[in-house]
Order: sequence, then C-alpha cells, then structure tokens
Amino acid sequence: MGEPVAAPGRSRSRRRGPLTYVFRLLVITYLVLLVAWPVSLVAKETFANGLESLRTTLSDPSVTFALKLTVIIAVQAVVINTVFGVGMSLLLVRYRFPGRRLLSALIDLPLSVSPVVVGLALVLVYGGRGGWFGPTLEDHGFQVIFATPGMVMATAFVSLPLVIRELVPVLEEVGTDQEQAAKSLGANAVQTFRRITLPAIKWALVYGVVLSLARSLGEFGAVKIVSGNFEGQTQTATLSVEQKYQDFQQATAYATSFLLASVSVACIVVVSLLRPRTEEKR
Amino acid sequence: MVETVAPSQAARRHRRIRSGGATGLSASSGIGLGVAVIWFSVLALIPLIAVLVETSTGGWSAFWATLTDVQTAAAIRLTITQALLVTGVNVVMGTLIAWVLVRDHFFGKRALEVIIDIPFALPTIVAGLVLLSLYGPRSPVGVNVANTRAAVFMAFLFVTLPFVVRTVQPVLAELDRDVEEAAASLGASRPVIFRRVILPALFPAICAGAALSFARAISEYGSLVLLSGNLPLRTEVTSVRILTYLENGNTASAAAVATVLLGVSLLVIVALDLVQRRVARRG
Repeated sequence: MGEPVAAPGRSRSRRRGPLTYVFRLLVITYLVLLVAWPVSLVAKETFANGLESLRTTLSDPSVTFALKLTVIIAVQAVVINTVFGVGMSLLLVRYRFPGRRLLSALIDLPLSVSPVVVGLALVLVYGGRGGWFGPTLEDHGFQVIFATPGMVMATAFVSLPLVIRELVPVLEEVGTDQEQAAKSLGANAVQTFRRITLPAIKWALVYGVVLSLARSLGEFGAVKIVSGNFEGQTQTATLSVEQKYQDFQQATAYATSFLLASVSVACIVVVSLLRPRTEEKR
Repeated sequence: MVETVAPSQAARRHRRIRSGGATGLSASSGIGLGVAVIWFSVLALIPLIAVLVETSTGGWSAFWATLTDVQTAAAIRLTITQALLVTGVNVVMGTLIAWVLVRDHFFGKRALEVIIDIPFALPTIVAGLVLLSLYGPRSPVGVNVANTRAAVFMAFLFVTLPFVVRTVQPVLAELDRDVEEAAASLGASRPVIFRRVILPALFPAICAGAALSFARAISEYGSLVLLSGNLPLRTEVTSVRILTYLENGNTASAAAVATVLLGVSLLVIVALDLVQRRVARRG
C-alpha cells in the first residue's frame, strides 16, 4: 500500500492536536480529584502521627477480631465461588441444555442487586424467626443468620459472578480442539482438566479470584444485615470501620480503612500486572 | 445391566435432540449442573423469590401504600434522579477516559488504569470515608458536601466510575482505524468522523456501561453511610430506606421497596442481554 502522499487527513489524524492535551489534562484532573487524592488522604490520616495510630488499632482486640473474621469469611466465600465459578463456566460454555441462556443471564444478577436487598433476601429465607427454612435449620442446631454461615453466604452472593465473567470469554476463545484431542488419546476427565483446560484458563482464573477476594473483603451492606453487627462476635472489618467512626475513634477508623484499602489496591495492581500477560498468551 | 443402561442412553439421546447443540450433557456434567443449580438456588434464587413473595403477601394496596409513603417516595425520587445524573456524567467522562486510555500515550498511563479500578475493589465504607476526608467537614480544599445531596452524587460518581470506561475501552481498542482514515481522506472533519464513524460503533458499549452504572448507583449503600448523613426527605436513599424498614421489623415494606430495586436490576440485565445479542449478530 505505502504511505498515501496526498492525504492531509491522515497526517492530521496522526498528529497530536491541542485537543489531545486538553482531553489528557481533563481526564487526569477528574481522576485525581475523584479517586487518587481522596484515597491518598486515608494514608495521610493514618500516618499523621507516624506508626502510632496503626499500633493502637492493631492492639484493639475488637479490631483484630474483626480483621480475622473478615479474612476467614472472605477466604471461605472465595473458595466456594472459585469451585462454583469454574464448574458453572465449563457447563455454560461446553454444554447445551434447556434454560442455559436464562441461567447465564441470572448469574449476572448479583452484580446489580443492592447489598441491602441481598441481606433482606437471606434473612427472609434463613432468619431464625419467621424465615422459610431458618427455624427448621435452627432446630437442627444450624444457625445461619447472625452467624458465620449467613455472612459467608452474603459474601459469596455479592461476588458470585466475578470468576464466571472472567472465565467464560476465555473458555469460549480456547475452544475444545485440544480437549477432544486429549480425550481421543485416552485422557480421563480429570487429566484433561488438569493438563489442558486449567493451563489455558489459569490467568483468567487468578484474575477472577483476586477480584472476588477484593470484593469479599470489602462487603458491607449485606453482611451488616445478615450478621447483626455484634462487636467481637459477628463484626467484620468494614462494619468495625463504621462503628469506630461513629464512636469518634476516627484514628482507628482511618487505620482500619487504610489496611482494607491497601489490600484492595494491591489486588488491583496484581491484576493489572497479570493482564497484559494473558493477552500476549492468546 | 441392560435394563439400567438402555433407558439412560435413551434419555441422553432425547436430551441432546431437545437442546439441539453439539454437546449435550453427559451423566457427570448433568450431576455437576444439578449441584451448581441447587447451590445457586439456595444462595440466590430462593432468597430473591422470597422477597417477591413477602411483597405479594401484603397485596397491591400495601405495596402501593409503601411506595407512596412521603419518606419512601422522596428516597426513591432522590436515588433515581442522582443515579440518572451520575449516569449522564459517566457516559461523557467514561467515554472520554476510555478514549484517552486507548488513543493517547503518555508516562503514567498504567497508573491511571489502576486508579480506574480502585472504586470497584475498594470497600464501599472505605470509599465513603475516603470521600469524606477530601470533601467533608475537615476538607483541605474547603469543599464540604457532607450531609447534602451533593454527597449522594459524589458517592455514586465514585463507585460507578469503572463501568462505562471498562465497557467502552475494549471496543474502542478493537475499532478499525482504516475507516476513520478513509473518512478523513474523503474530507470529513474530526467532529464528523467522531459522530458518524466512531460513535455508532461505540454506542452499544456505551449503553451497556450506562445501564451497569445506573444499576450500581441505585443499589448503593455502603459509601453513603458516613457521607450523606441519611437525613429523611433530604439525603436518604432507597437502600437506607429498606434497612430502616427492616430494623423496625416491617419486613413487608422493606420487601416492597426491595422489589422495586430488583425490578430495575432485572430490566438492566434484560437490556444488557439484548444489546449483547445485537452486537453478536453484527459480528
């Protein structure tokens, strides 16, 4: 083809007009004012007195309890969502069955349902007083609402689609050729999954798991309703931030927020470092 | 033996014919599907249906009475107005951010990519605290939006930032630049190229992003707790209203308001599915 000599439009579209710089400046200002500056203030508030505020926060037993509980619940929810997510993605992509489209649309529902509605919904079914299944379950010694199982469920609910949304496009792109080849050479289902499917979806899976983890650690509304928010019993880190702030222990609230924010920013950074590698691999 | 094998094969063949796809369910994947659907029902579907059932027990008049309650109606109106405003801002700013991320190259672009995802991963209560420290009573820039409607707007804007950007960005990156160059060589000016060539290609993605950010905004709760003060009739949003009903033991009213939010979520999902199918059909 070669460079068209008499095409002024082409060179114009390549040159950086003043508009490019206006746009760039506008976008940077917007993002700094909306996200970067406010987020950086949390770090500033936390380290205003050196490490003092972090030290007092981490020696507060109610905060350390809340942080531990948050990690326990988030890990359980992420494990459940990972297993469910991998299975569901494989089923949605590899198989055709009645109701598949409906299921695939419903899977996205948790992303757009309000956390408060999630909490309400779980209480209506599993609540000890007047829930559909709650009283029966409690008679058998299994308390869901105001206890850990309900909190894990609420957390799993809100981060349910994240793994699936990452895996489905990758699985669709990879196709089934290699899996069929492996099967024809005598590999069983487990071998095929471990040797062929898993390596292909590895990075998308890590991406989905990291996002689920970030989302699970930060869940607030649904957990607030389902847990009952009892300090030292069912209070997670995000709930503790709210309480400490309202109890005028703002230094503690900021320090806990700083810890939560660092983890979520770390998750985002990990994901952004992984992403280009997945794209190269395709 | 024969008796047990034959019916299952027949059933499998029958299922394959019904689904019409190349890969029907095998026995093991069928069990897997069953387990997955049961878990999904226990976790999400049955509870959400319970919300609808709880609403319907009060009947139409109770539902309507709840929604027309002065405080609830004000909360719903505030939520929808602010969500629409924020979605409008996101459509413009989100597309612009996506444009800069795809077409411009400068030092620190990777940092912007990280910044855009932060609102998605940051715990919402922390998001509220974060905004409060810059735009609250102790603001270093002297802007105090705490306990005003502007606080609701700010919080929505923060939590919905990634949606339009992340849906438009991949489409813009895939866009064939030859068409733009052809239009330019035929004498089209840059605004005309944008309006006639780029915008139509981005339109479905912008719609999808707008729908997601609207749905996210109307369901927001955590970031408003510390920021908006939840003043009845002034800064109280729909989610807070549901929580208040629930704390007062009025589950029927809580479920009624929740049903409205669920209805909007479902509409958004249906709309997204239609947009995606339209895009898929165009190839």
